[in-house]
Amino acid sequence: MSDLVAVRRASLPLAFLVQLAAIAFALLAIVLFRATEVGSVPWVWPLLFFGWMGAWWSVTVITARECEAPSRWLSLLVPVLFGVWLLLLWEALVTGLGVPPVLLPPPSAIGHRIVTSLPLLAADFRQTFLKSVLAGYGLGCSIGFLVALVADRNPFLRRGLMPVGNFVSALPIVGIAPIMVMWFGFDWQSKAAVVVISTFFPMLVNTIAGLAAAGRMERDLMRTYAASHGQELVKLRLPAAMPFIFNALKINSTLALIGAIVAEFFGTPIVGMGFRISTEVGRMSIDMVWAEIAVAAVAGSLFYGLISALERLVTFWHPSQRRR
Amino acid sequence: MSAVAAKPVGLWGRLCAGSTVPVLTIVAAILIAWYVGVLALNAPFQRMLYANAGVADYSVSDFVAATMEQDRPVLPSPQQVAREFWKSVFTVPITSKKSLVYHGWVTLSSTLLGFVIGSLLGIGLAVLIVHSRTLDKSLMPWVIASQTIPILAIAPMIIVVFNAINITGIIPKALISTYLSFFPVTVGVVSGLRSPERLHLDLMRTYSATTSQAFWKLRWPSSVPFLFASMKVGIASSLVGAIVGEMPTGAVAGIGARLLSGSYYGQTVQIWAALLTAALMAAVLVTLVDVVDRAVRRRMGVRS
Repeated sequence: MSDLVAVRRASLPLAFLVQLAAIAFALLAIVLFRATEVGSVPWVWPLLFFGWMGAWWSVTVITARECEAPSRWLSLLVPVLFGVWLLLLWEALVTGLGVPPVLLPPPSAIGHRIVTSLPLLAADFRQTFLKSVLAGYGLGCSIGFLVALVADRNPFLRRGLMPVGNFVSALPIVGIAPIMVMWFGFDWQSKAAVVVISTFFPMLVNTIAGLAAAGRMERDLMRTYAASHGQELVKLRLPAAMPFIFNALKINSTLALIGAIVAEFFGTPIVGMGFRISTEVGRMSIDMVWAEIAVAAVAGSLFYGLISALERLVTFWHPSQRRR
Repeated sequence: MSAVAAKPVGLWGRLCAGSTVPVLTIVAAILIAWYVGVLALNAPFQRMLYANAGVADYSVSDFVAATMEQDRPVLPSPQQVAREFWKSVFTVPITSKKSLVYHGWVTLSSTLLGFVIGSLLGIGLAVLIVHSRTLDKSLMPWVIASQTIPILAIAPMIIVVFNAINITGIIPKALISTYLSFFPVTVGVVSGLRSPERLHLDLMRTYSATTSQAFWKLRWPSSVPFLFASMKVGIASSLVGAIVGEMPTGAVAGIGARLLSGSYYGQTVQIWAALLTAALMAAVLVTLVDVVDRAVRRRMGVRS
């Protein structure tokens, strides 16, 4: 693949130029599809295809140059271009093939819907993310962490909790959503409860595994320093456990959002992302559903990104964080 | 934690040193907590029942026994759940709508279909990503980002949209399972295919092995442990996908539909029995993958 049409000799400016031309081709194709009847301009398809091929070639060149001289901007640009092309092709295919918007609305319609119904989306976001997810996530992760600290002091408890925790982590926890709604009512507390339970076990299992990660040698060293249990924990074993703890925090960020949204299928006050999704599906206004999904995806990605940034800050010493 | 681990003494000592007794202790503690919870949560309603019936002089043991056997308890007791589970698995004919075997099978079939498609998709993507630098740089970040999208939120839409174009039944649900299970497999197999050491890859080069020879003789075999580890995660999330796929659309069959109808009609015992079935299915599926894992590794000559 790397020898595809003179990739070796092509320079970055040329690649950027080709990329811009390719995006222009695709935009032109979309405008033509929009302006005409479905199927009346078959010659636009090759236009789109060549645009796509040009974009692929350009990205191949950029990747090759990036490997020769690593740069942050280029390594960020490549996935961004991929995303841009995903949206362009989506828009072009939906408009060009005349897919009814009830099945799959084009990205432009979704964008329009997001801009026009910002207050509603903000209210749903506040209800689902700021209340249920954050409360449940914070509570579930901290309880899991504290129980792991207790279990770590007691080998008997640890050996008992590990298999049970691993088992429960594999269970479909979202199934308890109806029960939590019955117990804690329709408001955000029941969703937070689902989130607490689904985030607790991954945190517990990972923290226990992480606390066992410090090496024999380092621990013996701490002993020769006559370090107390607390000192050993704070100076050696918690730092060594951090990669595991952040792993759990990352897994939980996705689980929390899923748990809160699914729990809303079982009853909410008339606000919330899950509520909006299930009612708008019923009314067949699919663009609103996609708008909610876009908000959820952006919120989920930002949440994940925030935790990753924090992880880089805390575990800068770990091999997985080293620059290649 | 003592510095020198004491040698376990006697049968009891050895059992305690393993994980059997600790696990049993934890399970027993959970059961006790469950019974206490039943008593605490069902007591107010039971007191109200007695007050309405005008019963004033009930003994404590009567009261406790009554909280364990309410019709629609806030929290059903373990024996109620077990009885309901037994009744709906073994005594009802498996073609009946009341049989958990029937609902379990509906869920299981879409779980398995989704898991198989998801695993194949994950392996295919991983092979492409490992062999194309462009795809590695452009696709891999999106594979990871795809999991921050709460796909389960889209579950109702996927099913409604597919219904609109006359695709119903197993396929839409299986697609949700696919989406959930391809990710762990992709990530696991990518790191598996990259796990051979530089030295081994160089050796293949000195043999002038082609890319496909290096793949089949070196990269693929060394990715097998990673593949199975990620398939264990994948099959568990497949099950979650199938269950949630059945919830929001008024599906008539499957564990998720059972949960939903239980929640509509306040049939808590039914919900818990369905949850128990789901838990057992998850356990059996993960164990099955584990058994295959061990068999494959033995065939490949790995001594455990």
